[in-house]
Amino acid sequence: MISLVLFFPLAIALILAFLPKYWVRPVALFASILEFLFSLHFVYHFDKSTSALQFVEQVAWIPQFGISYFVGIDGISIWLVILSTFILPIIILASWTSIDDKIKTFHISLFVLLTAMLGSFVAMDAVLFYTFWELSLIPMYLIVGVWGGPRRIYASIKFFIYTMFGSVFMLLALISLMFMAEQQLGQMTSNLLSLYQLNIPYIEGAWGNPQALMFLAFALAFAIKVPMFPVHTWLPDAHTEAPTPGSVILAGVMLKMGTYGFLRFAIPLFPEAVNEFTWFFMFLGVVGIIYGALVAMVQPDIKKLVAYSSVSHMGYVVIGMFALNAYGVTGSIYQMLNHGISTGALFILVGMIYDRTHTRKIADYGGLAKAMPIFTIAFIIITMSSIAVPGTNGFIGEFLILMGTFLSDKAMGVAAVVGVVLGAAYMLWMVKKVFFGEAGKVVKETKLEDLNTRELGIVTILIIMVFWMGIYPKFFLDYTQVSVDHLVENISSYSLEVKVGE
Amino acid sequence: MEKIWIAILLLSPLLGAMINGFRFRSQNYRLAGSIATICVGISFFASVALFSKLLGMPVESRFFNVSFFDWIQVGSLSVPMAFLVDPISIVMMLIITGVGSLIHLFSIGYMSHDERPAKYFSYLNFFIFNMLLLVMGENLLIMFIGWEGVGLCSYLLIGFWFTDKEKAAAGMKAFITNRIGDAGLLLGIFLLFLMVGSLSFSDINSAGLSEDTGWGMLTLALLALFVGATGKSAQIPLYVWLPDAMAGPTPVSALIHAATMVTAGIYMIVRLNPIFILSPNAMFVIALVGALTAFFAASMGILQWDIKKILAYSTVSQLGYMFLALGVGAFTAGIFHVMTHAFFKALMFLGSGSVIHAMHEEQDIRKMGGLKKYMPITHWTFVMGWLAIIGTPFLSGFFSKDEILWMSVHSPRGSWLLWLIGFITAGMTAFYMTRLMTLTFWGKSRVPKDVHPHESPISMTLPLIVLAVLSVFGGWLGVPHGVSSLLPGHIPHLLEVWFGDLIAPIPGLGKANYALEYSLMAMSVLLAAGSAFAAYKLYTEKESLLAAWVQKAKGLHNLVANKYFVDEFYHARIIRPCVEMSKALWEFVDVGFIDKITYIVSNAFQDLAKAVRMTQNGNLQRYALYILAGLFVSLSFVVWG
Repeated sequence: MISLVLFFPLAIALILAFLPKYWVRPVALFASILEFLFSLHFVYHFDKSTSALQFVEQVAWIPQFGISYFVGIDGISIWLVILSTFILPIIILASWTSIDDKIKTFHISLFVLLTAMLGSFVAMDAVLFYTFWELSLIPMYLIVGVWGGPRRIYASIKFFIYTMFGSVFMLLALISLMFMAEQQLGQMTSNLLSLYQLNIPYIEGAWGNPQALMFLAFALAFAIKVPMFPVHTWLPDAHTEAPTPGSVILAGVMLKMGTYGFLRFAIPLFPEAVNEFTWFFMFLGVVGIIYGALVAMVQPDIKKLVAYSSVSHMGYVVIGMFALNAYGVTGSIYQMLNHGISTGALFILVGMIYDRTHTRKIADYGGLAKAMPIFTIAFIIITMSSIAVPGTNGFIGEFLILMGTFLSDKAMGVAAVVGVVLGAAYMLWMVKKVFFGEAGKVVKETKLEDLNTRELGIVTILIIMVFWMGIYPKFFLDYTQVSVDHLVENISSYSLEVKVGE
Repeated sequence: MEKIWIAILLLSPLLGAMINGFRFRSQNYRLAGSIATICVGISFFASVALFSKLLGMPVESRFFNVSFFDWIQVGSLSVPMAFLVDPISIVMMLIITGVGSLIHLFSIGYMSHDERPAKYFSYLNFFIFNMLLLVMGENLLIMFIGWEGVGLCSYLLIGFWFTDKEKAAAGMKAFITNRIGDAGLLLGIFLLFLMVGSLSFSDINSAGLSEDTGWGMLTLALLALFVGATGKSAQIPLYVWLPDAMAGPTPVSALIHAATMVTAGIYMIVRLNPIFILSPNAMFVIALVGALTAFFAASMGILQWDIKKILAYSTVSQLGYMFLALGVGAFTAGIFHVMTHAFFKALMFLGSGSVIHAMHEEQDIRKMGGLKKYMPITHWTFVMGWLAIIGTPFLSGFFSKDEILWMSVHSPRGSWLLWLIGFITAGMTAFYMTRLMTLTFWGKSRVPKDVHPHESPISMTLPLIVLAVLSVFGGWLGVPHGVSSLLPGHIPHLLEVWFGDLIAPIPGLGKANYALEYSLMAMSVLLAAGSAFAAYKLYTEKESLLAAWVQKAKGLHNLVANKYFVDEFYHARIIRPCVEMSKALWEFVDVGFIDKITYIVSNAFQDLAKAVRMTQNGNLQRYALYILAGLFVSLSFVVWG
């Protein structure tokens, strides 16, 4: 089933190439919904009582090096898979009228990207993971570079080079791991479950400590993707220049590949090194929360503000993971989903208003609430979700992360709580300037239509998710619980099994 | 059965909010208002039903603890969506839904000229829902949903007339200031979880924590919770949002910023009173902050000209009294004052609303005067509120305020200093309230010619009358022991009896000295009467004397009239530096430094690539040179290696 979900988008991408232009959108939408329904198979048939890998498929790929096509899903990855398939139809709908140039290539890129992202979430073979990880770069590069804003070339190259720079180190560490497997297990392998068994030498205090170096190599690649302070500067540019669908997919799913990488690779593979560097990553996470929020506060451009808010929100995800307790890690996973929905929704909303006015400058707005009341309601609900008001999804994630962090390191917990105040400050400040007060320049000059049916549909779906995840989080948490408990309890000797009978 | 009552109680205002929310464009204020009022009325009815059930239950098991579903379950943290109805929460529920329905009713008339009444009523109902969550939550996290939820409603309602930039800014200020408090509250919740391993009130209160006489973890946890309370209940240093919050419609000020939401901090502390009593230091901080807030807010109230601002500072000051009560261990007195204050302050806010409505949105008391003859019902009900707040014997404020003043010296946690601050504040209260009465209702009319004040419709005056009756008689629920022994029939302190064991006794509380209690009571009555008389005289006949005094103490007058420049201080020392720093971070760190480094790195690679490219420039002689060099290096390895 995983292979179907994984390669169906690729097949669609191929089919789209031969379709007449006016068929592209309906077919893409239909296929993306179908893909989402396929992926629900995992939700229905998931066994919540085990931390073992499920729906596993394994085929030898390059047997000489022990590389295989090995995929599976557990409690840590299941919702990320669903999030990816959920976002795609939304994106296709959101770009229905805003993208009108080279729509065929555009949709092909989206579907290839989906396969790449799904692949990185389900791959249980390190080389396979790396392949999908790198594959995801190309369509994203195209989406920013072809359909982006005026500085799109600069932004897309910056994005590409930043990510490649990190990936190179990850590849080196990966190859050393495979050689280490040859020494310790008698044969070369990139099977993640076998790599978990490795005893990676950890020489305390030594310069060139192998485990620490490998950890840092992986961590750098993931940190750039997240992005963590101080390697975040590609994100504001990429987000601002990307077209709305690009921003949504970037914030909604791609950034999670980084945090997921920490949870799946960096943390369980290198326990001693993690122990050594936890404070450092928590520190960077907290700096990211506060720094991102402060810089967001002074942005003149709505989209850039949302981009910096992403840096802040992803900081929460990072500290939650490195709290290494059930609260922090669960909150972290939950926050990945929340961020996907809320920040994705914010980008969609910003895109809707940009389509009407062609400006994103906060100073051009004012009094929008009067002109577009329904849009305003939607925007404020999403804002509340973004600043984690209880009853919305954001609260569950943020609360669990903050509590987990506080229980594992009080000083970091206290520092992180400051972010709660700053988060409200920059969002409400922006809401005030854009929606309240007297009608601003563009509001006066443009005839603004409130949301149409298509837009309202998109927004409604996202708002339903905001409340569902905020009011009844148990439905989602039940899936992750056993896997997270297994991870935090066995952090020093992590192992993962394959569910019996598969 | 009680599960159904509780569900109705909570869901009815939520349903009302949703109905009016979906028809937010409707201009039919009667329909919108009726839906909203009925929904809160149903909640009130359900509260009464639950109250009568509680009355019929044996004292030791007088509570309902009802759980609907598991909300969060992670690790050892388990938070059910559970609600607790017990003697403490039912008092709050009755106030919220009772006073709440009166204010809803009042709003129908008040909002009759507004463009979007349905939206207003939707927010108001949503507020009631959140406020009920706050007081009924069985654990700190459910309370926290309500806690932030009421903050959200407050934000939306303060900024209800959002086209006015100032009003939108006031809403934002309220939310962010409250968020600072909430951050503290969260830390308090974490610390309590660390100590107790549960967030349920009953678990925390019965955890058997030991007394913390120093500044240990318990004291820190309690102080962190108190930071949350200073935000929501507008205490020093976070009170600054409440005066600005008067930008909202006046019934909102009555409901949210006087009667209910701002008392949330007091409710939380009373809910957790068995652990607060364990930390004398935390209690002292609370009492001191309360007393100082009461004093400074009252002093600021004296020099305000906006009728609502005076009432706002008065509210801050009265909330200070309540914290003073809690800090000296008089938890019952705290809740008692919450209740009486809800009556008389809601009354006065609605009264001021009636005045503002009649004066065509004029709020400056310098442009009023002599309104007594135009608005008799508003005037006479306002008089009841005025008499109650200044502490006229046997009216509600008298009983509750004097209990607080008495306990602040009688309790071993109290002191004469605290009493003195409270006592002086009582004098100032009588002064500024009488000033308000005199300038608004009595004396010469200063109403502009084109304004024709008129009495408000029955839907507005009826709530005033009900609240006036409550303000007059509400105090009999808490007759002090000393007074009750003098009265025929020996009315006991009903509230104290009702709370029973839920309120922790103050350790080392001695027997009351009735003679001292009476003399203190007499002193405060005399002081109140004296300052009220002085204020009346000064603002009717002796205005020249007043002007002379102001001239003499120009510096002090300036300081107080400008509210001690606290807002200016916060702006110059906290907000502006923060924004400046953020700009610097963006310009110099993000763009100026980190990006520069990435350019250096990428340029270095580019240079390297150029250098490498040089080696493949097609020059055959050079290739031959490389081969020779390579041969030499490998041969050297073979020979010497």
